[in-house]
Amino acid sequence: MSTDGNGYVGRSMKRKEDPRMITGEARYVDDITLPGMLHAAIVRSPEAHAAIVSIDVSGAEARDDVVAVFTGEDLAESFKGGLPMVWDPPGVDINTPDHWPLKRGEVKHVGDPVAVVVGTDRYSVVDAAERVVVDYDPKPAVVDPEKALEDGSPLVWEQFRTNRTHEWGLSGGDIEAGLAEADVVVERRLVNHRIAGAPIEPRGSIGEPRGDSLTLYSSTQIPHIARYVLSGMLGIPEDKLRVVAPDVGGGFGSKLQVYAEEALVLVLAKRLGRPVKWTESRTEHMTNSHHGRDQINHITLGAKRDGTLTACRAKIIADLGAYQQLLTAFIPELGFPVMGGCYKIPAIDLHFEGVFTNKFATDAVRGAGRPEATYWIELTMDVLARKLDMDPLELRRRNFIGKDEFPYTTALGITYDSGDYQGTLDRLLEHFDRDAFRSEQDQLREQGIYRGVGFSTWVEVCGLGPSRAVGPQGVGLQAAFWESAMVRIHPSGSATVFTGTSPHGQGLDTSFAQIAADRLGIDPENVDVIHGDTDQGPFGWGTYGSRSLSVGGEAVARAAEKVQEKAKRICAALLEAAPEDLELVDGKLQVRGSPDKGMTMAEIAGAAHIPPQELPADIEPGLEETAFYDPENFVFPFGAHACVAEVDVETGKVSLVRYVSVDDCGPAVNPMLIDGQIHGGIAHAIGQALYEQVVYDADGQLVTSSFVDYALPTAAEIPHMETDRTETPSPVNSLGVKGVGEAGTIAATPAITAAVLDALGPLGVTWIDMPLTPMRVRQAIEEAQGGEGGGPRATEQGREVGEHGQGAAGSGPARPTDADSEQGPGSGQAAPGDGGAGQGAAGSRPAGSEGGDAAEGFFGGSRTRPDKGGAP
Amino acid sequence: MSDAVGVRVTVNGEAREALVEPRLLLVHFLRDHLGLTGTHVGCDTTNCGACTVHLDGEAVKSCTVLAVQAGGSEVTTIEGMGSESDLHPLQEAFWSEHGLQCGFCTPGMIMAAADLLARNPDPSEEEVRHGLEGNLCRCTGYQNIVKAVMAAAGSGVAR
Repeated sequence: MSTDGNGYVGRSMKRKEDPRMITGEARYVDDITLPGMLHAAIVRSPEAHAAIVSIDVSGAEARDDVVAVFTGEDLAESFKGGLPMVWDPPGVDINTPDHWPLKRGEVKHVGDPVAVVVGTDRYSVVDAAERVVVDYDPKPAVVDPEKALEDGSPLVWEQFRTNRTHEWGLSGGDIEAGLAEADVVVERRLVNHRIAGAPIEPRGSIGEPRGDSLTLYSSTQIPHIARYVLSGMLGIPEDKLRVVAPDVGGGFGSKLQVYAEEALVLVLAKRLGRPVKWTESRTEHMTNSHHGRDQINHITLGAKRDGTLTACRAKIIADLGAYQQLLTAFIPELGFPVMGGCYKIPAIDLHFEGVFTNKFATDAVRGAGRPEATYWIELTMDVLARKLDMDPLELRRRNFIGKDEFPYTTALGITYDSGDYQGTLDRLLEHFDRDAFRSEQDQLREQGIYRGVGFSTWVEVCGLGPSRAVGPQGVGLQAAFWESAMVRIHPSGSATVFTGTSPHGQGLDTSFAQIAADRLGIDPENVDVIHGDTDQGPFGWGTYGSRSLSVGGEAVARAAEKVQEKAKRICAALLEAAPEDLELVDGKLQVRGSPDKGMTMAEIAGAAHIPPQELPADIEPGLEETAFYDPENFVFPFGAHACVAEVDVETGKVSLVRYVSVDDCGPAVNPMLIDGQIHGGIAHAIGQALYEQVVYDADGQLVTSSFVDYALPTAAEIPHMETDRTETPSPVNSLGVKGVGEAGTIAATPAITAAVLDALGPLGVTWIDMPLTPMRVRQAIEEAQGGEGGGPRATEQGREVGEHGQGAAGSGPARPTDADSEQGPGSGQAAPGDGGAGQGAAGSRPAGSEGGDAAEGFFGGSRTRPDKGGAP
Repeated sequence: MSDAVGVRVTVNGEAREALVEPRLLLVHFLRDHLGLTGTHVGCDTTNCGACTVHLDGEAVKSCTVLAVQAGGSEVTTIEGMGSESDLHPLQEAFWSEHGLQCGFCTPGMIMAAADLLARNPDPSEEEVRHGLEGNLCRCTGYQNIVKAVMAAAGSGVAR
């Protein structure tokens, strides 16, 4: 590989995408107006669960400004298939109901679409939608996932005779022996509540008919996948469907989806022969863009008296909502490769259970499974440290996988690529003086000021991913996860890079240009990066899971290398040198040792497009190469974070005083962009930890249906973040890079919670479930101080709600639920699910390696993979 | 739209005139009638500030102002702040300091920041953070937005 001579990689270059965005010239979906375009508004269910008795559209149809109104019955023939869920783990059946863009028969959550009104004006279609009269026969709503699993619970889907969607498990090492060997076992129940992606740009879609073809403009993270899925749903070949993601105003996973509205605008455009636009209101974002998290985690950690970990067991109940969206059932499991964190744990046993409730589906939101995993391992490590009366950082250090132990294969058979966990923690403590903090903390407490510090030493898995590990014969996703790039050199020597990723704020126009420029010997200013259009460039899998740089960027590097190789052949022929004697120096291919003999890319491009006689006939004209790159492994970024929080014990208000992070995502391509990703990621976690929660009440009504009640943090709530990095290259790709888009979000919630618990330690508070709102903090203090008897608990909304982790679930935030044990294995442990509901009996298999088939290849022979289960 | 009313507004220095529904929001007048799509809609409830413009020199959320209320007034949108070849110092600072990622909140954020600096040309970091409380960003964690506004203040924004 030759990348010398430019050195754009590693520089904090200003972004190429910014000029249009700071001047109002960017083009998001709602900015697009097409000739003859109509607008659509959707009639949505106000009921959480009901039968549709009748729909009267006559009032809407009577309006002059309405072109058409359609119900689910009207469009039944327009869809060849419903919205799919693409996880089909070998041997496990996942209850997956039909999922049509407009509902027929029953509605299953507030916001479920039942009809669509199309008209000439943005405002009038909303008026008309209010004239559609739907008669509903309400049915009992299921809101609490634990209650939903109880016998006799109302059912979201009667045909499955259970609210359990599936069970899945994975085991490595001997969990029973590990727990038996432990001197101390701690158990902890942690609730990781439901949150929203909440990009500031709501979703939007425009369907446009063109002859027998259709174009979809959509605010999506996955244009190619969307085309693949939608062409199937509509029964049209992919060459007749173009999907364009123009500028996309953030996604955070919420736009890693194929949504009903995308299919609808295409069908409407086709039927009406005119472009149709639908723009999501913020309320629709809260009701009908997928949510994230919503798990209840029962964690057991075993350790020797000296802190050496012996076993880790996680039983995870995931509230999936009413329907299976693209990856709904899989997201809770996605964190499994790093369940166990950055620690050497000889036995790990994981069990997952999905549950239907009358809410919108959960799916990927920034971090997607890994924030939950980090949250429970880090906070349970703190619980264990307290039990052992050991410094929590010392407990971590004692169990860290050592720098020299990489590649390290975990008990689950996952191979961590590289790491230096002691190194990032050491660096963190260079920035954060614990001793100084402790003495300051003591002094402040004397003044009645409660400050605490919390730490998180985190590792995540990203760079999705090796297709054989996550594809149909691996974990069972009916997809692959390679990435593509095409590098085209124009006759005058500038370049266009086409990527299959689909950035929406990450800055890949810039970082990919830097990568290509170094390999092409040209200025990144002369490299244009094209993405988000299925008509341009090869198929690609999109942007999510912190994969774009480590998979898509590597594809760009490889395509540019191929171009360089061909350029060398052309140059060598013209300079009468051997290609292997050429090197790229200062933007020129030159003969090693003869700097005067060389050609620029512009000169070579000219020769490639208008070949001189000297060029041998066996060199094809043109200068354009494509690379498809499927990584051999995931990548595993890591780091150490410290948070200092102050709690006003009178009001319960939490303020963050200081936030310090040291992260390692391999060598930096553009350090400025890395810092930006870390800042945003931490802020997202601060939102979850302190402010944000999607709340449904006991009737399944969405309480947080706008930004009035779903509280995104503002600049005033986010502290200045002190960021630093170490650079440990990954051996997986030639750039050595790992992902960073989700790192801050994955890392930060446990540090924040731990800081609040540390602050309140003197008051006897040992646990509060997120979000750490003033009310929850006050309740925790009162309960720790022995006040507050029984009776219904107040909530943020001032009434008892059925959202789990709060009042009605009987699992209030301040009720400690750990059942620490001195004598070993799993006392107080609930029995694993027995699969009696007809799903895979993951819990009934023996721990260890007999539970499932040895996966071919990726996980290694002695490892287990998704349990075959005992499905009848 | 039999009840349409006439509205005359000066937008980015140019006199504009249209017949509109009385209920038409200023943001939709700018976007749909005048094609000035740099002003965005993010929340519908006056929380996010993506629609922030200047109305007679003061920052307002244009999703909470009727077009007819702007009648006779001067409106400045992001398009009126500067162009790619002639950037406003705040635009320049947002670019240099990586004060944007997806760019969707950026026009509103710049308009709010311009108003903040007009009222307080030399703000502390704390004052910037509180001054921008009405504008939400999901990408940046605000750190580089604050940095950009401080940098623009340092360079003297008035021009």
